[in-house]
Amino acid sequence: MATPAKSIGRGPDHFINRIGLTVVYVGELLRHRAYTRFLHWAYGIFFFLALISGFGIYMPWIFRWFTPLFGGGAMTRMLHPWFGLGFVFFFGLQALNWLTLMAWGPGDTRWMKRLKDYVTHRDSIEPPDVGFFNAGQKAQFWEIVGGCIAYVTTGVIMWFPEIFGRWLVAVSYVIHDISALIMLAGIFIHIYLSTIGEPGTMQAMTRGTVSEAWAWTHHPAWYKDVTGRDPQQALEEARRKLNETAGVSGK
Amino acid sequence: MSDRKTLQVQRISGHPGPVPGEGTQRQEKLCKLIDTTTCIGCKACEVACVEWNDMPFQPTMFDNTYQTMPDTSWNYWNLIKFNEVSSDDGSFQWLMRKHQCMHCADPGCLAACPADGAIVQYSNGIVDFEEASCIGCQFCVSGCPFNVPKFNPSTKKVYKCTLCSDRVGQGLEPACIKSCPTGCLHFGTKDDMLQLANKRVVQLQQHAGLKDAGVYDPQTIGGTSVVYILHDATNPEKYGGLPKNPRIPLSFTLWKSWFKPIGLIASMMAFAGVILHYVTEGPRRVQPQPPVREIDGGEARKEN
Ligand code: HEM
Ligand code: SF4
Ligand code: SF4
Repeated sequence: MATPAKSIGRGPDHFINRIGLTVVYVGELLRHRAYTRFLHWAYGIFFFLALISGFGIYMPWIFRWFTPLFGGGAMTRMLHPWFGLGFVFFFGLQALNWLTLMAWGPGDTRWMKRLKDYVTHRDSIEPPDVGFFNAGQKAQFWEIVGGCIAYVTTGVIMWFPEIFGRWLVAVSYVIHDISALIMLAGIFIHIYLSTIGEPGTMQAMTRGTVSEAWAWTHHPAWYKDVTGRDPQQALEEARRKLNETAGVSGK
Repeated sequence: MSDRKTLQVQRISGHPGPVPGEGTQRQEKLCKLIDTTTCIGCKACEVACVEWNDMPFQPTMFDNTYQTMPDTSWNYWNLIKFNEVSSDDGSFQWLMRKHQCMHCADPGCLAACPADGAIVQYSNGIVDFEEASCIGCQFCVSGCPFNVPKFNPSTKKVYKCTLCSDRVGQGLEPACIKSCPTGCLHFGTKDDMLQLANKRVVQLQQHAGLKDAGVYDPQTIGGTSVVYILHDATNPEKYGGLPKNPRIPLSFTLWKSWFKPIGLIASMMAFAGVILHYVTEGPRRVQPQPPVREIDGGEARKEN
C-alpha cells in the first residue's frame, strides 16, 4: 500500500487516475483523485434528491413542502426512483473503486471495541493500526452497500406492483423506509465528521489532499504506508518544532 | 343529507307535550345490497356503469364462461364474475357475483395512500378517489383486500367505482341499481339493507334448503357499504376473490401510523447527537496543537 491509487490495483497511469488534476503541496498527501471525488459528489447529489423526494412521500403531513420542489406529488413520485437509481449507480462505481480499501481486518474489530474511546477523544491520535479508512467508515460503507441492494429490490417491487402483488409491496415499503431512516441518521454523522467534527477533512473531497498532520492523526498506518515514516515520531518532531516557535521548552 | 336535518322541527308554538320527532337521527350510512341468489348474470349493471360514467364500451373477451373480461380495469369498474363450482357431493353451481369497490368502513386503500386528499371517505360511507391529488404510487392497490383500484399507466392515476357519489349526492340511486331487472340489487341505509338481507337469508335457509346461506359484511374491516347475500357464506372465496377475512397489511396501519414517526424521531437523534458531541467533546483536532494549559472535567485524557 504505497499510494491510494496503487492500493486499489491501479497505477497512477491508469486512465481513470489521469482524469482531472490534484495539486499536492509540500506538507500534504494525495488522498482522493478526481475520479473518486467526482463519484462522491455525484452520488451525494442523487442521495439528497432521493432523500428529499422520498421523505415528501414518507410523511406528507410534515414534509409536504418537499413535493412542490419537484413539481408536485405526482412528479415527485415519478422522479424518485430515478434519483434512487442515480444514487445506486454512482455509489456502485465508488464501491468498485474502494472495494479493497474497505476490506475488514482484525484491526477494525479492535477499533469497534474501543468506539467509546474514539467518541470521547481518549487518545489524541488514532491507534497505529488505523489505515486508509477506519472501521467506522468501513461500517458505514458496507451499510450503504446493503442499503443499495435493499433500495433497488424493494424499490423495483414498489415501482412495478402489478408484477409483484400486494403483500410483497407492503413488506417492501417497510424495508425501504428502514433503509432510508438508517441512511438519514448516517448522513448527519458523516457530514459532521467530515466538516466541523474533524477539521481538515473536507479538503480531501474538494481538492483531494490532506495535510500530513491530518494523516498521522486520523490514519497513522496509512501515513506510514505513503511516507515510510513513523507517525508517532513524526508527531513528536512536529510537536517539538511547534513548542520551539511557541517558546515552550520541551515537555 | 345533512342539509335536510336543518329543517327538522325543534320547537312548536302552543303545542302540548314533546315535539314529535325531536332529536331523531337520520341514518346516514348507505349500503348497496347484492343478492347473488337472484342475479341472472345479465350484465345490465355493467352497461349502466359504463354509460353513466362515460367510459368506452369494450370488446368482450370470451374465455369459455359468460364473463365479459378477466378483471375490472381502470375504465371498467363493475364486472359480473362467473364461477363454475362443483362440490364434493357432485352438485354443480353457477355462482355469479357483481364485483366492484366494497366501500369498506375501514378502507385499506385510504390507509395506504400517502397523498393528501387523494382518497376520501364520506360520512355516508362512500370511499372516493380524487384523481387530482393522486400521485400514482399504487399503494392503494396493495392496501385493498379486494383488488379493486386499477392503475391507468397513461394518466398515472388510479380509478374505481364511486358508488355513483355524483348521483347519490343528488338523491338518486347508483346507476347499477337502477338498471337491475331482477331486483337483486337494493340500495338504502345500511340498517335497512342488513334487515332485508337477514330476512332473505332466513327465507333461503328455511325454504330453499340453503342452510349455509348468509350475509357477507366482513367485520375485519369494520363492515362494508356493499353487502352480499351468498348461498354459502361459509366459503366466500368460491365466488371469485371474496376473502373470508379481508385484511389490511400491518405496514399500512401499524408501521405507517406508529413506526414512521418513531423511526423519524430516532433518526433525528443522530442530528441531536452530533450537535451534543460538538458542544460537549468538541472537534477532534489534527495533532499537534499548542501545549495544553489545563483540561476541565471529563475523564483523565492522554492529551499530549
Ligand atoms: C434504486 C434505488 C431506488 C428505487 C428504485 C426507489 C424506488 C422507490 C419507490 C418506487 C418508492 C415508492 C414511492 C411511493 O411512495 O410511491 C420509494 C419510496 C421511498 N424511497 Fe426510494 N428508491 C430508491 C432509492 C432510495 C434512496 C437512496 C432513498 C433515501 C435516501 C429512498 C428513500 C425513500 C423513501 C423515504 C420513500 C418513501 C416510502 C414511504 O412512502 O414511506 N429511496 N422508493
Ligand atoms: S374495496 Fe378496496 S378500493 Fe374499495 S374501499 Fe375497500 S379498500 Fe378501498
Ligand atoms: S395511487 Fe392510490 S395510494 Fe397512491 S396517491 Fe393515488 S390514490 Fe393514493
